[in-house]
Amino acid sequence: MSQPSVTLQLLQERFASVIREVHSLHGDDTVVVEPGANLEVLQFCRDEPRLAYNVLVDLTCVDYLDYPDREGQPRFEVVYHLYSLEHNHRVRIKCPVAAEDPTVATVVELWPIADWLEREAWDMFGVNFAGHPDMRRILMYEEFEGHPLRKDYSISRRQPLVGPKN
Amino acid sequence: MGVEKALEGGILLSRLDHVIGWARKYSIFQYPFVTACCGMEYMSTACSHYDIDRFGAGLPRFSPRQADVLFVVGTISHKLAPVLVKIYEQMCEPKWVVAFGVCTVSGGFYNNYATVQGIDTMIPVDLYIPGCPPRPETVLHGLMMLQEKIQHEKQEVLPGQVRT
Ligand code: SF4
Repeated sequence: MSQPSVTLQLLQERFASVIREVHSLHGDDTVVVEPGANLEVLQFCRDEPRLAYNVLVDLTCVDYLDYPDREGQPRFEVVYHLYSLEHNHRVRIKCPVAAEDPTVATVVELWPIADWLEREAWDMFGVNFAGHPDMRRILMYEEFEGHPLRKDYSISRRQPLVGPKN
Repeated sequence: MGVEKALEGGILLSRLDHVIGWARKYSIFQYPFVTACCGMEYMSTACSHYDIDRFGAGLPRFSPRQADVLFVVGTISHKLAPVLVKIYEQMCEPKWVVAFGVCTVSGGFYNNYATVQGIDTMIPVDLYIPGCPPRPETVLHGLMMLQEKIQHEKQEVLPGQVRT
């Protein structure tokens, strides 16, 4: 196997205790951190000159309810995709979130674009971002109940504002 | 035609209903309620190549108060539904509604939490044009069917008369 990338080397050196897992399939660097460790790792990724991840490309969430081979693991995972314009490299950072208290620290302070991305993740998955300045729904309407992309949101549940429930 | 022969000055007699229907079917002012990909096909229908003006429907109005036919073009989400109903209510009688594309006809393949399963759950629809998106030929065919419908309707002309 080839040398791990600068990103993985630096992160493993510095955050050995909070990194659960790394892999790099076809050069696709991925780091899974411990719950609650997202902010410090992301802050480092942005501020360390050799990494300089200045773009938050995407922030989303995955619901692993009833997913095979994941018994006993946290239900959600918040996923950050970072890109560095300076070094032209990318990394994916995943942070598990427990179902009982689905809360992670916000990264709006690091990348302002996270504002809307976190609102979307909250709207669709019900993951709360502690410290977010304006946590409201962004896609669904205010009257909507629940979070539609959760696996336990019934596929046939409709909440129309006008007309019959079809 | 016998009476007309007897009358001087080129007077033509006809049923009032028929004349009004004829006038209305060739002066369709549309309100395009365009929300999604079907809008592309709507635009190509409206442009010179297919020339929707041949049918007297070449002039879209961007105020519902000046429009006769509401073209609902594209996916309608539950969030947007109250807006569509409001637009419909703002249009003056007589008015017609066209559901353009499967999304508006039945929700299409968006059988999910976000999409209205057919706009006829909210407002009355006069014409359904299926297709994803419908080809301009389909749209023109639909338009001619709508004209047919307008022509053969009971034309109400006095205020307060209810459309049948
Ligand atoms: S019917 Fe097809 S083309 Fe039209 S809005 Fe729906 S998805 Fe788009």
